[in-house]
Amino acid sequence: MTALHLASPGLAAAAGTLAETGRTSAGEALLFWCLAPIMVLAALGLVFARRAVYAAMSVVVVMVSLAILYVAQEAPFLGVVQVIVYTGAVMMLFLFVLMLVGVDASDSLVETIKGQRWIGWLFGLGLAGVLVGVVLTASGIAPQGLDAANADTNPVGLARIIFGDYVFALEVVGVLLITAAVGALVFTHRERLTRKVGQKERADARVAAGTSLVPLPAPGVYARSNAMDVPALDAQGRPIDASVSRVLRVRGQERSVDEVAADNGAGDAARYLDAPDTGPGTTGGVGSTPPQRSITGEETVQ
Amino acid sequence: MNLSNYLVLASVLFSIGAMAVLLRRNAIIVFMGVELMLNAANLAFVTFARMHGDLSGQVMAFFVMVVAAAEVVIGLAIILAIFRTRQSASVDDVNLLKS
Repeated sequence: MTALHLASPGLAAAAGTLAETGRTSAGEALLFWCLAPIMVLAALGLVFARRAVYAAMSVVVVMVSLAILYVAQEAPFLGVVQVIVYTGAVMMLFLFVLMLVGVDASDSLVETIKGQRWIGWLFGLGLAGVLVGVVLTASGIAPQGLDAANADTNPVGLARIIFGDYVFALEVVGVLLITAAVGALVFTHRERLTRKVGQKERADARVAAGTSLVPLPAPGVYARSNAMDVPALDAQGRPIDASVSRVLRVRGQERSVDEVAADNGAGDAARYLDAPDTGPGTTGGVGSTPPQRSITGEETVQ
Repeated sequence: MNLSNYLVLASVLFSIGAMAVLLRRNAIIVFMGVELMLNAANLAFVTFARMHGDLSGQVMAFFVMVVAAAEVVIGLAIILAIFRTRQSASVDDVNLLKS
């Protein structure tokens, strides 16, 4: 609020000259001629942009520039509302929906109505010509400026009108907003067509299917290799294929216990895996199995 | 600079918005064209308020903004509902009533 209040005196000074001379200050003219081409180019981006996200960003540029022009035109309250409502809420809503619908949803260039493109261009240019012609006839009005109306700052002046002359319209607008919010809820609500599948239903289905009831074993973790691609060993020392991720197995990126053992230089793993247990103190240990040794009491203390 | 420059800018923006509505097929971009037209009308309102020295124009622009916000909420909800059932956001694909 203080910012708005501070912004007013400078603008009011410019408006004083506006009422006298009918022309804006040079600074405002400079601002206008900087912003107007940017706005028109960004608006054309809405017509020409291939991707919907680019179109949305160019509309954001137009709306922020409009907010600046509002502040320059002695409407600081509307400028702030423009930033909050349009760039803050509306365009973000647009971007959210774009993300939901899919940013790749590019435009089809097939003409369903013959010549629609040319008719559209003709109509657009004609509309621009007519509107500019009509608007230029209004240039005869001597500009009054908002000096007197903004005497108690712009938001106070607006509030006097909104809550005085237009208080009923404001209440109707409040009803409209609530209706819109409820309507959006109703539109995006989805009825559940099937029964909800909870924990109990999932467990029953798994038992009925007769597959493994417990989680699959984790991949092997060995002293020199804890990678995901090495299978774990079961109680008999055989590798369990299911312990390696299915994706790795399909890609053929699974490593066997033999390869890991060869990396470790721990000797012939296959001999250990296939041969029956030859007793303590004979093997160096493979994979997650520690080397077997018998304690005789004569080992050196390390 | 004359104030009518603002009005010319508003007219040009309005026409570009109308062209976006006519030429684009993506329903969301069409909708953004409508928003651009509303914004251009707001710029004209604010400029006329300054010309006539009356804040009523700004009040009108304020109401346009509120109604536009409500309209965006409903419009986007409709686009989403159509996208869910038809898997498309193109205005050409909504032709169920065509024989």
